[in-house]
Amino acid sequence: MRLVVEKRDGKSRRMAVIIPMASFIISLVLGAIVLAASRSNPLQAYSAMIDGAFGNARRFQYTIVESLPLLMCGLGVGIAFRLKFWNIGAEGQYVWGAIGITWVMQFWKFLPTPMLLPIGLLIGMVFGAVWAGIPGYLKAQWSVDETLTTLMLNYVAIGLAEYLYINAWKAPFGNMGTPEFPKEAWLPQVWGKVHSGIYIALVLVVLLWFLLYKTRWGFELNMIGKNPRAARYQGVSIKKNIVIAMLLSGAICGLAGSVNTAAIAHRLTKGVDGGYGFTGIIIAWMSGLNPFASILVAIVMAALTTGADALQIAMKLPESMGEVLQGLVLIPLLAGSIFVEHRLVVIRKEAV
Amino acid sequence: MEFITKLLAATIAMGTSLTYATLGEIYTEKTGVLNLGMEGTMLMGALAGFATALATGSLYFALLIAMLVGGMMSLIHAFLCVTMRANQVVSGLSITMFGTGLANFLGQRLGPASNNHNLIGTNLPSRFENIAIPFLKDIPVLGAFFDVSILTYALYLIIPFSWWYMYKTKHGLAVRAVGESPKTAAAMGLSVPRLRYLYTVIGGMFAGLGGACLSLSFTPSWNDGMTGGKGWIVIALVIFATWNPGKAVIGTLIFGGITSLQFSLQAAGIKMVIPTQFLAFAPYLITFITLSVMTILNQNKKGAYAAPSALATPFAIDDK
Repeated sequence: MRLVVEKRDGKSRRMAVIIPMASFIISLVLGAIVLAASRSNPLQAYSAMIDGAFGNARRFQYTIVESLPLLMCGLGVGIAFRLKFWNIGAEGQYVWGAIGITWVMQFWKFLPTPMLLPIGLLIGMVFGAVWAGIPGYLKAQWSVDETLTTLMLNYVAIGLAEYLYINAWKAPFGNMGTPEFPKEAWLPQVWGKVHSGIYIALVLVVLLWFLLYKTRWGFELNMIGKNPRAARYQGVSIKKNIVIAMLLSGAICGLAGSVNTAAIAHRLTKGVDGGYGFTGIIIAWMSGLNPFASILVAIVMAALTTGADALQIAMKLPESMGEVLQGLVLIPLLAGSIFVEHRLVVIRKEAV
Repeated sequence: MEFITKLLAATIAMGTSLTYATLGEIYTEKTGVLNLGMEGTMLMGALAGFATALATGSLYFALLIAMLVGGMMSLIHAFLCVTMRANQVVSGLSITMFGTGLANFLGQRLGPASNNHNLIGTNLPSRFENIAIPFLKDIPVLGAFFDVSILTYALYLIIPFSWWYMYKTKHGLAVRAVGESPKTAAAMGLSVPRLRYLYTVIGGMFAGLGGACLSLSFTPSWNDGMTGGKGWIVIALVIFATWNPGKAVIGTLIFGGITSLQFSLQAAGIKMVIPTQFLAFAPYLITFITLSVMTILNQNKKGAYAAPSALATPFAIDDK
């Protein structure tokens, strides 16, 4: 008798629900072991985290604010992932978005102030798109490995941003960072700490859902990802679609960067490479590339971060517990992902 | 001259950690497994090494534990990618997230009670000191190669051995076969999953060792996130070395040199023409350009230039 993993005919919907839930429970148990081993009461720690992430309106607002860049980066990379194009350059594209809006705010003084914000967001998108388009074009034209190129370009973008806020664009006073954007050009807040970026993110969710599930182009993207040969026979241009998908993917990640900069820091400064792009990749994967599911996943991942901040204050535990838990959610989830498309079969010893 | 010798010494000291981890990643990628968890694995190695050395006072035992912990981290990656056929990119990122988080967390828990259980700010009783070889160390400039720690001397043997192992032995042939064409390798009677497990774990052990080089020799201390992105430079270095363990050292010397140059120039008070941030991202830009140009020039080869063809592709016999 032996166990064999066999491909299912289709995807198991039941497994697609059971596995994430089971993974979450397993991660909480594993996290409890880490907490207990470090002389802390796990139940007390978890309730402190929940309280820290959702305990009152202000904390819930922080969690939402934290989830917005994650959601947008997740949506952005998700488009490229549909083509099996591994855009792990979301971090760099996000940084370019922040650079773009800062450039407009600082140097396009000829514009009337109310125009700065929309134009800035737009330029952020364009910068992000270009930065993603380069590896996209290299892949489409010459099949240059996108995982490696997008990864390398992240650090070029981060280094460049650092050069700008430390040297070239540095504010004349203060230590680090560019001058603050004019107050009238900040992204307005709509509910306490929650800024109007939430509308942009939600509109994006609906738009992308429509684009990916209801249009011919979305259908083509899916086909290229699942069966490139069939797509080619249908006359779908893979090269063209890779470039378009990457431009769109980069534009959204860039928008995430410019929105967050216009809403929170109001200038280009240290911490612009906050890792949202990397976590966005995980958000896209966890949500199964579904825009609506991304909302929930982004909030859970953001809550682990804001919850962990509270953990530090309430129980003097290192805030890195948030990252530990994020990693611990992913490990069983990754392990379980095989059962959505495969099943375990017991084969009894056959007669010789 | 003095400046160049000092720069070279700093480069070698920094390059040692990078070289170990790069060798590890080469072994892993050669079998077709991409491990983006190097940053987290190295940091766990750095932490494990430091905490063990502090607790036991034995540097060699600390190295062993760092390697074991590095191996354990990669075992998770191997389990996810090989047995569970999970996505290698996402798995690697999770390992980095988990490893970075856990190392930073434990760093504030494993310290002595007198320091509030914090490892930050504690000092090791000893470290891997440089050992100078008489006469050889007096060679102008190149003498820097003969006034290094035992960790670096070991590399002088490990690098040529790794090259020989990979290209001249049947074990190396098996590794390359699994990475280039797992189907053929399986048909030849090799166990693809077993080899991928083995070399992913070995890769993690090297990464753990690379991390320990930082916390036990280069900057003997513990600090949150002390690897500072070296795990990502490693991914670039593997490409730069064209997946050849023999060439790993060239990249580490150039990249380590560029990084050391920033500090050396600052220390020497030399006003730079090139901003330091440009030097910081130069390695990544060079790698990006190298990879792109080489791929464009070698269009007849499948996959990335010089990369194992099956890199980042899960393997299952029943897959059609």
